[in-house]
Amino acid sequence: MSTAQPADVLGRDEALALLATMWRIRCFEERVAKLHRSLQVHGLIHLSIGAEGVAAAVCGALRVDDHVYSGHRAHGHALAKGAPMDRVMAELMGRSDGLCQGLGGSMHLVDEAHGLMGATGVVGGNLPLAAGDAMAAKLGGSDRVTVAFFGDGAVQAGHFNETVNLASLWELPLVFVCENNGFAEFTPRSAHTKVESVCDVVAPYDFERRTVDGADVPALHEAIDAYVAAARAGRGPLLLECLTHRRRGHYEGDAEGYRDALAEAEWAKVDPIARLQSLAYECDWLEGDGAAQAAFEDDARAEVEQAVAFARASPPLAPPQAAALVYSR
Amino acid sequence: MAREIPYIAAVNEAIALEMARDDTVVFYGQDVAPSDEDPLVKSFGRDRVRVSPISETAEIGMAVGLALAGYRPVVELLMAEFMLVAMNQVVNEAPRLRYMSGGRVKVPLVLKAGYGFTAGWAGQHTGSIYTMFAGIPGLKVVLPSTPADAKGLMASAVRDDNPVVYLMHYLLVLEHGDVPEGEYLVPIGEAAVRRPGSDVTIVATGWTVGKALEAAEMLAAEGIEAEVIDPRSLQPLDMPAILESVEKTGHLVLADQATRHASAASIIAAEVAEHGFASLKAPIKLVTAHDATIPYSEPMEAFVLPDEVKIAEAARQALGAAPVTA
Repeated sequence: MSTAQPADVLGRDEALALLATMWRIRCFEERVAKLHRSLQVHGLIHLSIGAEGVAAAVCGALRVDDHVYSGHRAHGHALAKGAPMDRVMAELMGRSDGLCQGLGGSMHLVDEAHGLMGATGVVGGNLPLAAGDAMAAKLGGSDRVTVAFFGDGAVQAGHFNETVNLASLWELPLVFVCENNGFAEFTPRSAHTKVESVCDVVAPYDFERRTVDGADVPALHEAIDAYVAAARAGRGPLLLECLTHRRRGHYEGDAEGYRDALAEAEWAKVDPIARLQSLAYECDWLEGDGAAQAAFEDDARAEVEQAVAFARASPPLAPPQAAALVYSR
Repeated sequence: MAREIPYIAAVNEAIALEMARDDTVVFYGQDVAPSDEDPLVKSFGRDRVRVSPISETAEIGMAVGLALAGYRPVVELLMAEFMLVAMNQVVNEAPRLRYMSGGRVKVPLVLKAGYGFTAGWAGQHTGSIYTMFAGIPGLKVVLPSTPADAKGLMASAVRDDNPVVYLMHYLLVLEHGDVPEGEYLVPIGEAAVRRPGSDVTIVATGWTVGKALEAAEMLAAEGIEAEVIDPRSLQPLDMPAILESVEKTGHLVLADQATRHASAASIIAAEVAEHGFASLKAPIKLVTAHDATIPYSEPMEAFVLPDEVKIAEAARQALGAAPVTA
C-alpha cells in the first residue's frame, strides 16, 4: 500500500476537476430521482450516489479513445467518460435526442464517440465484451486500454471467471474495476460468498490487483493512474477493487427493508465528495468561505436544469424509425 | 469455375477467403486449429486463429466486444447446444446492442455451430434449436443445405453487419457438391427453389431439404410434381418466395427437423395462414420431429424424426390422394 499523502498524489487542478465531475454526477442523479418520482423518467433506474469518486477518478485517468463498459448503474460512468449530460438526460426521458434515441434508457447507455461502448443490464454481462474490446486493441497494435466496471455481485457469476481467465491467458490490456458496495442487489456480500475480497478471487491468475477505499479519491486516482499506465504498457489485465457505499437502494423505489439507513455523520465519512472537499480546504485548494464549493454545486445544478429543458423539448422517436433500427443494413 | 468439394471444405474455404480479404476477420473457438501446421494458422497467424478454452460465454461475449471495436469475429461453437450456456451473450448482448444504442454501434459476428446431428448422439447434441435464435430480433439465422450455399452463406455472414448464427448439419458436412471457386456470395434472405413443381409446395430447411427432394422423387413416380423450396435462412425469412409457390400449387407441406412447437414450420404455417390463406386448397401439413428429446435407440430415433417417407405421405394427404389420419 502507498504511504503517500493525499496531496502528494493529487494536484490542485486535478482535485478540483474531479470534484466538478463528482458534483455533476451527484446533481444529475438527484434530479433523476425526482424526475422518476414524478414519472418524467420511467422504468428501472439505478443510482450511483456515493460511488461518484470511482467514476470520476477512473474515467479521469482515461483518454477519449480508451473504452469503458458499464452495467446497470451507468450514469456516473457515462458522464465522467464525456457523454453530454443533456443527451444522457434526454435518453433517460426516452426522447429522440437521447444518447441512444430513447431506445436504450438508463441501463443501456452507449456513446462510442466518447469511448462508452456499452452498458448492460444483466449483471456481469459486460465483462466478456470488455475483454473482446481489449483484444481488438491488442490485435490492432493500439495502446488504448479498456475498462470493465462491475459490482461485487458479478463476481460470483460464471462469466466473471471465464473473462478473468481469458483476459489473463491472452494478456489483454483490460482493467477490471470492481465497485464493491457490499450489496448484490438486495442482500449483503456475506450471503453470496465466503471470499471477502474480490481481489482474492483472482489471486490464482497472478495479475496485479489492489483494494482501495472508493471514497478516497486521491488513493483511487493514484491507483487507477498506475493501472491504466500498466495496461497501456502491456501489463494487463489488472483488477482494482473499490470499496464504495451505495447511498440509495438497489433501484429507485427500493423500500430498502434489508438494511439500516446510514447516519449523517457516517455518510460524511463515506461520501467521496465530502471527503475530497475536506482535503481541498486543508490544502487551501478551496477558499475557506465555501463560495467555491457552492459554485461547483451551483454550476452542476444549472447544467442539469439545462439538460432537463433540452430533454423536454425533444419528442420521442417515431415508431417506424425505431422499428427500422433492428438490423444494420 | 465450379468443382466438386465436400460441404465442410466449402465452409473452411469461405472462412479462409474472408480472412485473406479482410484483416479484421478473426477465427477462434474450442479445438480450432490446435496445430501450428493448420493451413489457417500458417496463412493468418496465431493472433487471428486461436484455440479458446471451454468458455462459451467469454468466447461469444468477446466476439461482441471485438465486433464493437471494429473486428469481424467468427466463433466456432461446435454444437448449437453449447450456445445454450451462453444465451445471455447470444440473446441479450449480441443482437440487442445495436438497437439499444439507437443504431450507434454495429455487431458483426458469426456464431458457427453444428445442429441436428443424430446417428446415436442422443439428447444433448442433436437439437434443432434454430427458432430460439430466429425469434430474437437483431439476430440472423442461416442453415445452408448444400456445399455451395455453405460457402456462399458463410462469406455473406462474415460480411454482414449483424450477428449471424450459422448452423450446419453434421450429417451434411461430408456431402460433395459443385462449389464455385474464388469469391462466392449467397445473399442472406433469399430462398432457393431446389426442384420446380406444380402440384404441391414442400418447404424444407437444412438437412430436411435432401429428404424433401427424395420425397419429391417418390411422388414424381406417382405423377405428383412437388416444388421444393429451401428458405436457406430463417431470419430473414423469404416469405414472398414461399407464398408465390403456394399460390401456384395450392398445397403446402412443411418439413422441419425441429420439434413441432419450436419449428420453423410452425412459423411459416402461421405466415401462410395469414397471408396466403386464399391460395390454399387444403390444410397445411407439418412434418416435424415429435415434441420429444432425441432418443438414443435407433428405432426410436427414426420414430421421432421426419424422413422422406413421412414427407411424401404428408404431400399425398395434402393433395387428398391418401386418407387423412390423426
